[in-house]
Amino acid sequence: MIQSFGWQSVQFLLQGLLWTVGLSVMTFISGGIFGLIFAIGRSLGPSWVKATIAGYIQLVQATPLLILLFLFFYGLSFFGLYFPPFAAAAIALTVYATAFLADIWRGCIEAIPRTQWEAADALALSGIQKLRYVILPQALRIASGPTVGFMVQIVKNTSVTALIGFVELTRAGQLLNNMTFQPFHVFLTVAAMYFLVCFPLSWWSEQLKEKKSAGRVAN
Amino acid sequence: MAYEMTFGPVLNRLPELLHGAVDTLALSGQSIAIGLSIGLAVALVRVNGPRWAKLLGSIYVEAFRNTPLLVQLFLLFFGLPYAGLRLSANHAAVIAVSVNLGAYSTEIFRAGLMAVPKTQIEAGLALGLSRLQVMRYVVIVPALRVIYPALTGQLTLTVLGTSLVSAISATDLTLAGSMIESQTFRSLETFLIVAALYITMAFAFRLLYWAIGLWLFHRRVPAGDASKSMMLAPGKAEA
Repeated sequence: MIQSFGWQSVQFLLQGLLWTVGLSVMTFISGGIFGLIFAIGRSLGPSWVKATIAGYIQLVQATPLLILLFLFFYGLSFFGLYFPPFAAAAIALTVYATAFLADIWRGCIEAIPRTQWEAADALALSGIQKLRYVILPQALRIASGPTVGFMVQIVKNTSVTALIGFVELTRAGQLLNNMTFQPFHVFLTVAAMYFLVCFPLSWWSEQLKEKKSAGRVAN
Repeated sequence: MAYEMTFGPVLNRLPELLHGAVDTLALSGQSIAIGLSIGLAVALVRVNGPRWAKLLGSIYVEAFRNTPLLVQLFLLFFGLPYAGLRLSANHAAVIAVSVNLGAYSTEIFRAGLMAVPKTQIEAGLALGLSRLQVMRYVVIVPALRVIYPALTGQLTLTVLGTSLVSAISATDLTLAGSMIESQTFRSLETFLIVAALYITMAFAFRLLYWAIGLWLFHRRVPAGDASKSMMLAPGKAEA
């Protein structure tokens, strides 16, 4: 039966939006944890660790997210493991977010002047203390803007999981379109919902970047 | 349970995949040409234009940067026919990717334009350079050097992003891969080869950007990783 686009449809899309937000938060947390470990390993580890992480980052950044999703969705089931779309989506997005966050944060760690390291050395801080009290707090200041900016990318990129059948906002839109045959209304509403989530984040990201460069001038 | 990889059936159809890769390159090339033109035009308007044009420019940028490319594709391909405009899948793909890149490159070009202080231009003119020379040596080349890593990183993201156009069945490498996957059932093998082709293309593009950078700036300017495009703070570069 053909429905028409109404309040019920919006509720259906809102449910999809909830999954989009959930998947985004999960991706950001897991990608953030691995990303931090990889960023520290990439900038401070022994040379074989550096090389391995650099290779990982290069490969993932050169692969389309859709292909990563396909690889995990089709690929892992061959090893006798069944992955529902949600798990495949979460794993692929984590792999993707890890590579980008690690690279962004490495840049921020390496942007801290050498003299800061030397000063921390002179104060006889241990390796962990140097990171904890001297380097990371300063790196965090530089990193906040780009990190929030990347959150926007994560939210938007969860839409790609629609193509392996995970029902988030975009997939909900496709399903609704099949029921109502009103693609213009449906996808415009979908786009508006993404915008309502992403725009505040983008705005916040710009504010953080601005603060950072204002700080630079004062230095 | 052991699964044995069998690349044979997929490799037999390598010509189809290569054809798909050529389609991806063509789509990327067209979209980059159109998208960068849009980006430069809107950036100029956002820096120098009248207030209403600036406002329109920023609405365009924010609307396209804060919604997913996939939804933009769906809206263009499925939505517009209901508004009376029917596009072929391939045309819709070029338009969507171009307009998307246009929004991102606007912000990058804007950062570049604002990176050149007015005093530099005045200094150039005081040295007796012609307006054209000032434009070339004082404004364009130095500004381009500032934004080069972010710009090339964005272009890499755009090339990889074209894989989404397979969702509206526009012809590209991913669509070719999906066809072969559904006929041979060698999913993992197919997408491993597709991934390898994308990675090869991405690295080839990086090499190209690096060479162009060398020629343009007469020194090594790093061609950006994809993540470099997120490090830029547009409009704050002058600070």
